[in-house]
Amino acid sequence: MIRRITGWFNRHPRATLGALLAGPLGWISVVYLGSLLILLMHAFWSKDSFTGKVEPFNWTLDAFVQILSNPVYFTIAARTIGIALLVTISAAAIALPVAYYMARIASPRKRALLLVAVTMPLWASYLVKIYAWRTILQTNGLLGWAISPFGLEGPGLTEIANSWLVLTYLWLPYMILPVYAGLERIPNSLLEASADLGGRGWITFRRVIFPQLIPALAAGSIFTFSLSIGDYIVPDLVSDAKFIGNVIYDNSALGSFPVAAAFSFVPIVVMIGYLLFARRLGAFESL
Amino acid sequence: MVESPLVRAALRIFTGAVMVFIYLPLVILAVYAFNASPLGGWPPSGFTLDWFGEAAGSPAIRDALSNSLTVATISTLLALILGTLAALAMQRYSFFGKNSISFLFVLPIALPGVVTGISLQSSFKLFGIDLGLHTIVIAHATFCVVVAYNNVVARLRRLPRSPEEASADLGADSWMTFRRITLPGMRTALLSGGLLAFALSFDEVIVTLFAAGPGARTLPIWVFSELQRSYQLPVVNVVALLLVLVSVIPVWIAQRIGGGEIARGGR
Repeated sequence: MIRRITGWFNRHPRATLGALLAGPLGWISVVYLGSLLILLMHAFWSKDSFTGKVEPFNWTLDAFVQILSNPVYFTIAARTIGIALLVTISAAAIALPVAYYMARIASPRKRALLLVAVTMPLWASYLVKIYAWRTILQTNGLLGWAISPFGLEGPGLTEIANSWLVLTYLWLPYMILPVYAGLERIPNSLLEASADLGGRGWITFRRVIFPQLIPALAAGSIFTFSLSIGDYIVPDLVSDAKFIGNVIYDNSALGSFPVAAAFSFVPIVVMIGYLLFARRLGAFESL
Repeated sequence: MVESPLVRAALRIFTGAVMVFIYLPLVILAVYAFNASPLGGWPPSGFTLDWFGEAAGSPAIRDALSNSLTVATISTLLALILGTLAALAMQRYSFFGKNSISFLFVLPIALPGVVTGISLQSSFKLFGIDLGLHTIVIAHATFCVVVAYNNVVARLRRLPRSPEEASADLGADSWMTFRRITLPGMRTALLSGGLLAFALSFDEVIVTLFAAGPGARTLPIWVFSELQRSYQLPVVNVVALLLVLVSVIPVWIAQRIGGGEIARGGR
């Protein structure tokens, strides 16, 4: 029986391809694309003002009106995008020297060790890392204890700067790894040529190395930016500020899917715009 | 270019400081798990193993752990099957729309998790599907497919085609060739892809919160709801340590058997 079936598939390669793709493609299309479509439609559906139930296929722009008429939504969107940009910049600023050390100064043995050391924390529970920062940042935590001799107090768990710090911490490895790979790709001869032509260290970095690193930085920034913009756990647990994700989550918990869906357009549109921008910088070639 | 000794020293010190920055929070966490004081202040007041006993005895934690293991196992199996089928199709055939399809598989981790979460929840609600462990499995399998897919594709790319051709020449049909030649060649890639998917699922919270019903708590959701309360139990420290170990150990094993793709991280 199996022989007959495989024989048939042998003679019909297109059918084999179809059989292979049917499962995975069906799953992604139905489960993922399907729900994405349903989410986008929700944004244009009305809600029964009395029961609060969503009325499917009852088209309206109410959710968008509600968002646009309340400046709080704008503040939250601007805050989230601003913090995501700050996180990206600070992650890049930390990643550059570390990646440079790994790629060009460390011995091969040390380099391998550092690569593992940078990669492993990516997999150490996301939630637990936030929790660890909570214990450090709380008023009577490690940070407060360390700075108390100077008459300073721990920051507590309300500052928005905490979110900046913790998000930078979480996504830093995503920036270090592509920048490291980008530095590895720069041939030594190029740097020697720059030195021969009189380029001192800083000039060589600025004029030769940095321009070649832009695709790698853009690739890393896709992760730091996208992951920050979609985060709602960090602002909830270490700050008292709301991000886009908190608005979406809170509205969905209240059953307000149209508002949640309409506000989801912000991260989707911003991310698509960012991906197009990053592609122009050559990010996809160095992913 | 030769960096001046000063620059080299500065870079070395900076890198060292960043490594401390990366690992310090995890070390602190491990220390807290053994802290005798039930209050979370620094410095710890003494050494105890009591919280481990208390965590082991808590029915809520045991339930959450068994939920997490169930969800991670089923979604890993689903992701492996779907990811392998997709990898075989994408690696062995060329066809119209191939690039769009490979983009499609990456989409669930390219878009922010909150979008994936709210999308899935709104369609579950629309179709009247009750939220529970099964909806978490559906969500996890969706973003774990890409991890399995990446590992298997990377392996298939390196695997030589000649043994498969030889097998066909010797009269084996395509099923026999797959079972005897291709599958053994993919074995370690499947194992490491599976371990990575397992770690990803075991740790996920952003999408899970949207897909989980009130009764279905995974371990990260249990930790999250504890953290939201103002008074935190010291057993959270123990569970946190457990979460780190359960997500790092599979990845470490995956790296040892060399499946590649470890660097890509999750989400």
